Amino acid sequence: MIDRFNLYRFASPATFYPLAGKLIPWFAAAGVLFGLVGLYIGMLVAPTDFQQGEGYRIIFIHVPTSWMSMFIYLVMAFWAAIGLAFNTRLSGMMAQALAPTGALMAFLSLWTGALWGKPMWGTWWVWDARLTSELILLFLYIGYMALVAAIDDPRRADKAGGILLLVGVVNIPIIYFSVKWWNTLHQGSSVNLTKSSMAEIMLWGMLLMALAFWMYAIAVALARVRTLMLERERNAEWVRKMLSEENA
Amino acid sequence: MIYWNSFADFLAMGGYGLYVWGSFGVTALVMVAEPILVARNQRASVARLKRQLRAEQRAESRSPAA
Repeated sequence: MIDRFNLYRFASPATFYPLAGKLIPWFAAAGVLFGLVGLYIGMLVAPTDFQQGEGYRIIFIHVPTSWMSMFIYLVMAFWAAIGLAFNTRLSGMMAQALAPTGALMAFLSLWTGALWGKPMWGTWWVWDARLTSELILLFLYIGYMALVAAIDDPRRADKAGGILLLVGVVNIPIIYFSVKWWNTLHQGSSVNLTKSSMAEIMLWGMLLMALAFWMYAIAVALARVRTLMLERERNAEWVRKMLSEENA
Repeated sequence: MIYWNSFADFLAMGGYGLYVWGSFGVTALVMVAEPILVARNQRASVARLKRQLRAEQRAESRSPAA
């Protein structure tokens, strides 16, 4: 019962807004800390790769951004499902707040992938399953943002966007398993939950960088959701009170 | 502990400098720009909503019905 009570309490924007404001610096600090240690290990301590030379160091951005691009989409789809099922106010705002960061992660995944592909494969881009499905993910993010921005009524925008997110979620397993299902230039996964083919020090660098990107994404999304809350709830008592108290 | 022999080696990245630094540079740019844009949007929203609220309050205090 206590859990239920708390969940409902934090689902209210009036409670969540100040809470998010307090959490942002902590996530930002964690992101910077993980990032610095991850960069130190990945760029300064980790040895060279016997096949790819120093070019492999792109992995310390490429894999974390690729993971985040898929993970953020799953989180958005989760919020979309909650929003469509329970009609909660906060869900749609959460999905919207995450979208630009997810799109940037997909872009960075493709960008670093192109810069990695050129020296290793001899081409910036191929239309193979892994690369194409990741590009589709970027388009899904952009399509979602365009759709939500095009509908004036925020609740209707949330519903339409939510349906798009849920339909598009089928793309995530396609990205993840594409290297198994199809013949592709892209290498298979170096790491999964049960095994890793990477040297331990490289793995640590990559995991720390992944944590850094994760913390970064949370901090930015929380900051963005606050702006969305203010805008959407501008006529609510808690917003008017806060604005007149000059401490927003 | 440090893998590199010199700073020049570090920059050269064994001949992959363009690709490695092109990746890290653009990522750094994005991760600096995004929080700045988000913070600027927040400030702009707060300022605009405050202006609107003040304008409403002035209008209310002037109208005889209030």
